[in-house]
Amino acid sequence: MMSAHLLSWLIALPVLGGVATLVSGGADANRARWVALVFALATLALCVPLLSGFDAMSSSMQFVQRLPWIEALNVNYHVGVDGVAVALIALTAFTTVLVLIGAWDAIDKQVHQYFASFLVLEGLMIGVFCALDALLFYVFFEAMLIPMFIIIGIWGGPRRVYATIKFFLYTFFGSIFMLIGLIYLYLKSGSFDLATLAQFPLTRTEQMWLFFSFLLAFAVKVPMFPVHTWLPDAHVEAPTGGSVILAAIMLKIGGFGFLRFALPITPDASHEFAWLVIALSLIAVVYIGFVALVQQDMKKLIAYSSISHMGFVTLGAFVTLTLARDAGNIDGARLALQGAMVQMISHGFISAALFSCVGVLYDRVHSRMIGDYGGVANTMPWFAFFMVFFAMANSGLPGTSGFVGEFMVIVASFQAKPWIAATAAITLIVGAAYTLWMVKRVMFGEATHVHVKALTDINGREALVLGGFAAATLLFGIWPAPLTHLMDASIATVVEQLLRVKA
Amino acid sequence: MVSNAVDIAISMADIRAMLPEMFLLASVFTILIADLFIPQQQRSVTHWLSIVVLVIAGVLVWRSIGDVSLARTAFNGMYIRDEVAAVCKLFILGSTALAYVYARPHLKPRGLYQGEFYTLSLFAVIGMMLLVSAGNMLSAYLGLEMLALCSYALVALNRDSPLSSEAAMKYFVLGALASGLLLYGMSMVYGATGSLDLGSIRAIASSNVPRPELLVFGVVFIVVGIAFKFGAAPFHAWVPDVYQGSPTGVALFVASAPKVAAFGMAYRLLDNGFGTPALWSQWSAMLSVLAVLSLVIGNIVAIAQTNLKRMLAYSTISHVGFLLLGIIGGGADGFGAALFYATTYSLTAVAAFGLIVLLSRAGFEAEEIDDFRGLNQRNPFYAFLMLVVMASFAGVPLFVGFLAKLQVLKAVIRADALWLAIAGGLCAVIGAYYYLRVIKVMYFDEPIAQAPVIAHTDNTFRIVLTANVLALIALGVFGGSLMTWCLSAVAAS
Repeated sequence: MMSAHLLSWLIALPVLGGVATLVSGGADANRARWVALVFALATLALCVPLLSGFDAMSSSMQFVQRLPWIEALNVNYHVGVDGVAVALIALTAFTTVLVLIGAWDAIDKQVHQYFASFLVLEGLMIGVFCALDALLFYVFFEAMLIPMFIIIGIWGGPRRVYATIKFFLYTFFGSIFMLIGLIYLYLKSGSFDLATLAQFPLTRTEQMWLFFSFLLAFAVKVPMFPVHTWLPDAHVEAPTGGSVILAAIMLKIGGFGFLRFALPITPDASHEFAWLVIALSLIAVVYIGFVALVQQDMKKLIAYSSISHMGFVTLGAFVTLTLARDAGNIDGARLALQGAMVQMISHGFISAALFSCVGVLYDRVHSRMIGDYGGVANTMPWFAFFMVFFAMANSGLPGTSGFVGEFMVIVASFQAKPWIAATAAITLIVGAAYTLWMVKRVMFGEATHVHVKALTDINGREALVLGGFAAATLLFGIWPAPLTHLMDASIATVVEQLLRVKA
Repeated sequence: MVSNAVDIAISMADIRAMLPEMFLLASVFTILIADLFIPQQQRSVTHWLSIVVLVIAGVLVWRSIGDVSLARTAFNGMYIRDEVAAVCKLFILGSTALAYVYARPHLKPRGLYQGEFYTLSLFAVIGMMLLVSAGNMLSAYLGLEMLALCSYALVALNRDSPLSSEAAMKYFVLGALASGLLLYGMSMVYGATGSLDLGSIRAIASSNVPRPELLVFGVVFIVVGIAFKFGAAPFHAWVPDVYQGSPTGVALFVASAPKVAAFGMAYRLLDNGFGTPALWSQWSAMLSVLAVLSLVIGNIVAIAQTNLKRMLAYSTISHVGFLLLGIIGGGADGFGAALFYATTYSLTAVAAFGLIVLLSRAGFEAEEIDDFRGLNQRNPFYAFLMLVVMASFAGVPLFVGFLAKLQVLKAVIRADALWLAIAGGLCAVIGAYYYLRVIKVMYFDEPIAQAPVIAHTDNTFRIVLTANVLALIALGVFGGSLMTWCLSAVAAS
């Protein structure tokens, strides 16, 4: 039966595709591209039975498959999805297809390895979203680093080696403590099963240490202030596709990790230290927003904007605790968490699109500096249309998906503490300022540079990529109901888990 | 007290229990003599004969597992035949066979393709097999010296190389010192317990020892001896020189199988001999210091290396640190984790040196890290193999190194030494840096003009090496059964 193995196929198919691309495409780059695209499309096609077969009314894990894996440690290959995971898997499959199309002509060295890396990465990321066993999650979480390390290192910019090693070591450093925490949990509970761990009682001190081990791992990934410094470097140096995947999906794994680990396993400690995470999130939202304002490099600007927007994810996730526990406001708590998750998906589309836009310009001019452009709209009207649209979405314009998540988080925060909402809302101004100012300097005015005058507008392939992202942004901006409906039941479950006092 | 009177009669049961060693011994003598009559052009006869002998010995060991008709001990407890010994022996034999396959293309063009290499290393293998089966401090010492003496000679195999001679000299002097310390410790333990039999020592140590401080004092020296054999800091000075100085074909051998044997030695002495809770708290505290020193020194000094063999030497020191974490955990869980670490490490290390051989050719040693520059553009498949080895060393999941680290961290956390686990974790992050640097050189750097072409060596070598490396992935994904086997072997022994 297909549905029993659906998730395993979703994980295995891209990895197999990666191997097939490597094997088939050494001599013929074009064949590598097509093989990779076919596998990516097949994976996307597998999302159709996933979405149609998923029962959004049920809060339980679905498409569950469980096989013993490492018996000595009671580790199981245990996969299953809830609404949040389904949404993220679909996002992953969708983005990967667009990334591959976007890289079609833009990459000219070791093409088959580039395409294969993205496919392997896709499989591992889907694995992270499916894993219901803590160690399985960790395995995918870490294994993911290798393809990304190679993507940035081979096809990146001039400082790629520095950036990629920094990226790898930061994440490795963060997660090693999580591993120690997980082993500790295993020795206490005898299991790595996430559902068992969520039920397992822990003292306050234990929860505190475990919480910080999770926080370190996922805060680096999100990334949260002050462990965000790897992200601007990685984004600036990564090839366009690498930046897109990094921003659209890998950062989400941090937020997803909070949802799967910190909140259910250490609810009391999460509650106790919610103030810390909220404070760090607000710093990210406001301070990093101002940092973005002064950037001269478009990719760096968008990278900082990502950190700022991801601040809403962590803010929403931990305001949930304040609402649920201190105020007893369950509806508000759900709204906050829902907002955080919508923000993750929406930021996935918007940041991916913005990085693709920079990629389009970079392919033509080989510069990312704002000062090298100006008046691009004169020569690239269609491109200008998309770029302005995504800039609006990034500043949270109503009608785009960027508005929905931020609005939900701000409304929920207001119910917790009005000042949190007020501070977070500053981003609506700062976000608009840095995004629109960048667009103004790049797009409008007279085309003064010779190379800008010589620009050609986007071709069909680029229009397809940007159009794909634009459609998604607009769809979930105008009609977010399918997305929220998909995640509703799962979010309600997490909120229930949060209310449980374990200590 | 245990009687010291020893019945020296040798029974058929003794011989049968020791069949693999007996067979190996007889074969080595045969090879030794046969080799005298083999002309240099037909040296491959010795080569293949040695591999066949190892394989047959492996089959004998394999068949002896679970054979209830065989005695569990032989020669009055001098020799122990249990599952831990069997696992160790299989990996010692296996990694030696791999070392032979990888060493040949390296030794051949350098005039080192001699019968001595095979006979010396086979004697060393017998020594290792004795060591991991030792039931008595004397047989442990006998096995150890047999391994050590052969290793000194092997390192000096390339007589004309000053680097090799220096390494062998250093190895010999320090090794002799360590043997002396070990013997001194054994004599004190004998003085305290009145026995050399490890089982009796444990029994006596768990009751009332008249002079407990003497026993502990003896244990200190024995721990030093073990640490030297492992190459744990601060007794690691010989490791980098031996790795760098000995011909790669020999380094292959010295770097892999003896680590498993050193584990066996630690298991016999520390668990079978000094496994009582009181003594455990003593030696685990000593080993904790050694482990942390090894982790820190190994990982930090490795960063500064430009020679790959030397870097691997420091990486070995850090891996010994991890292995010691398992031993510190103690009990079936800890020693099982350490056994898993040692066996998988031997497979990884032999593959790493195999890759160095693969890229070397006559008159050229691919042993500088820079020699690997741009390998991905010249031969993506070999670059991928090296990537797997490095990622496994670094402990990235999906490669077997991760499962090994996971196990030892678990053992040490179970023993309530959380700080050791954290130290190990931090050192793993530092370690990741220099493994990544090798990947960086292969994948991100442009090949240099004088870079060597890929050596065209025999197909057997390439196929075996590929299988060896792919096994690291296979074990990383499906390594659960080997892990279970290691744990149950220790639990059953």
